[in-house]
Amino acid sequence: MEHTVTLLERLYRTMLTIRLCEESLVDLILNGEIRTPCHLCSGQEAIAAGVCATLKPEDYIFGNHRSHGHYLAKGGSIRDLISEIYCRDTGCCRGRGGSMHVLSPDVGMWGAAPIVAGTISLALGAALAIQTRNQGRVAVSFFGDGATGEGVLYESMNFAALRKLPLIFVCENNFYSTHMPIRECRPDVPIFKIAEPFGIDSRQSDGNDVLIVYKEASRARELCLKGEGPVFLEFLTYRLRGHVGPDDNIQGCHTDIRPDCEVLEWQKKDPILRFERYLIEESLLDERVLQQIKEQVEEEVKEGHLYASSCSFPRGSDLDRYVFR
Amino acid sequence: MNSTNSKNARTLQYCLAINEALHQEMDRDPSVLIIGQGVKSPWYVGNTALGLLEKFGTRRVIDTPVSENAMTGAAVGAAIVGMRPVLIHPRMDFMMYAMDPIINQAANWHYMNGGRGKVPVVIWGIVNRGGEQGAQHSQAIHGIFAHVPGLKVVMPATPSDAKGLMVSAIRDDNPVMYIDDRWLHNVKGSVPEEPYEIPIGKATRIRDGKDVTIASISYMSLLSLKAAEELSCRGIDVELLDMRSVKPFDKDLLLESVEKTGRLIVADVGWQSFGFAAELSAFVSEAAFGFLKSPVVRVALPDLPTPAARTLEEAYFPKVDNIVTAVHKVMGKS
Repeated sequence: MEHTVTLLERLYRTMLTIRLCEESLVDLILNGEIRTPCHLCSGQEAIAAGVCATLKPEDYIFGNHRSHGHYLAKGGSIRDLISEIYCRDTGCCRGRGGSMHVLSPDVGMWGAAPIVAGTISLALGAALAIQTRNQGRVAVSFFGDGATGEGVLYESMNFAALRKLPLIFVCENNFYSTHMPIRECRPDVPIFKIAEPFGIDSRQSDGNDVLIVYKEASRARELCLKGEGPVFLEFLTYRLRGHVGPDDNIQGCHTDIRPDCEVLEWQKKDPILRFERYLIEESLLDERVLQQIKEQVEEEVKEGHLYASSCSFPRGSDLDRYVFR
Repeated sequence: MNSTNSKNARTLQYCLAINEALHQEMDRDPSVLIIGQGVKSPWYVGNTALGLLEKFGTRRVIDTPVSENAMTGAAVGAAIVGMRPVLIHPRMDFMMYAMDPIINQAANWHYMNGGRGKVPVVIWGIVNRGGEQGAQHSQAIHGIFAHVPGLKVVMPATPSDAKGLMVSAIRDDNPVMYIDDRWLHNVKGSVPEEPYEIPIGKATRIRDGKDVTIASISYMSLLSLKAAEELSCRGIDVELLDMRSVKPFDKDLLLESVEKTGRLIVADVGWQSFGFAAELSAFVSEAAFGFLKSPVVRVALPDLPTPAARTLEEAYFPKVDNIVTAVHKVMGKS
């Protein structure tokens, strides 16, 4: 499949932005300068990057507790994100939300919330709005394998299928729901099959191959725009950091029970390294271009931190602002 | 029950007043839609949705499967992206399935997003009780919602307020819980023809009086008016406030009245403890203690699940007598 250089650079830059941004938070979390609980998505970047690359700004996305990547991939500002993680007044949510509530409506990132599966019905509502207003756009709901335990997911699939809503369900299956391995949460049936009883076009793909993700998301978007939605996409992936924070063995009271060999296996399938290798081996992008992009992103992330850490916290006297419009 | 100044006012049933508000708002604003179980069926929603489907079609009048959680979330999500949905729960009891989208999402959304997201949704629940329906077909849980920051809660008692508060709720940019009562649906009253708003947070003084204030809500305002009439025959002059809004509630009018009469009964359709009546009592105790001639008394449901048998219902639901007794109690203590 032919891809433009623009697209390839965009995908690479997006994944790298997410990775470098997430990794830049690690030391600050460990030394306590950042307190808001950060659910880092290192290792899962290909999904956010591949899906969002096929979306337009007017398409709606809703995320969850692990949505720094969705926010950045949709076009949200690094500065505003990092400021929010520092809980400063200049953050995307003015310091009122913290890491688990990031949004940028201007670029179509309409919100994130940590109640598992809590934003799936919100995305459903956005899709309903699209249909009511007869607009050529789609809504996307990002959730994890843990959310397949929640009833509202099934309610949402039922209603979306009933009304053929332009909604893309994106399940990032990283095989763990906090500390619980997936085999202790659900029977050994692939997740994508939960959509089949509703007649929903549904498939499972390698979530660490950004071009596959892009292809699947593009197809899903096309189907939705033709009125043949919804679509369910299950992407297999793995988080390289803790459920929350850099390392579940250091923080919190649960140890990371994932076997070392499993973590190692998935590190080898790192979506960014894979893509780099592919781009170079296929002579699609020059190594120097990749290096240039890396340096630019490093600079942007560094600037984001310098900016954010210099901004002030919201004032205590402003406690009651923003309750009502 | 109360008259209006509009020259185009005429007599209309409470349920049809709501219906008129919906017709007019959906006419005026294409972003208004109604969604919920039973919008096609009078068995569910009485006559409140008459004619809406025929006029506005299935994209704006959406009867749903039994999925209260997802349907409420969908209304919240549609509001976030610019619609003005009116989400109906034909029995308030079933809202329990929808607590997450209401409390975790809608109520918090504007605040936790630093003012960068708004949720102009109306979540409408009908209190539907009596007729030996039992505990899960009878609850009035406005107290639970009123406790949560970020929600507004209104409970109109009259047809004109039913229309005006629905209009206000739809036009408000925040999540508003609109709670009506099947027992009020056939009540008739004067309702202006044109669209109008009743401000959220403002009570209305139905009856001027000097001896005791009754602050009531929803169906209890009807009973309180009858109690007031009975009491006036016995020489007790009741000032009756129909609060109309549970949250925010009209602190100014309540205080003005209590400072005048020195005695307060709160008549609520919910349970006695931890609810609206308890809140008004606490507020008045903090803000007007020096004016009180006797403690505040609450007339509400006993803290019990709703029974089915008619003999138990008879003992359970407050009547005019309960309000009269409460007034005698506070009068006796001065």
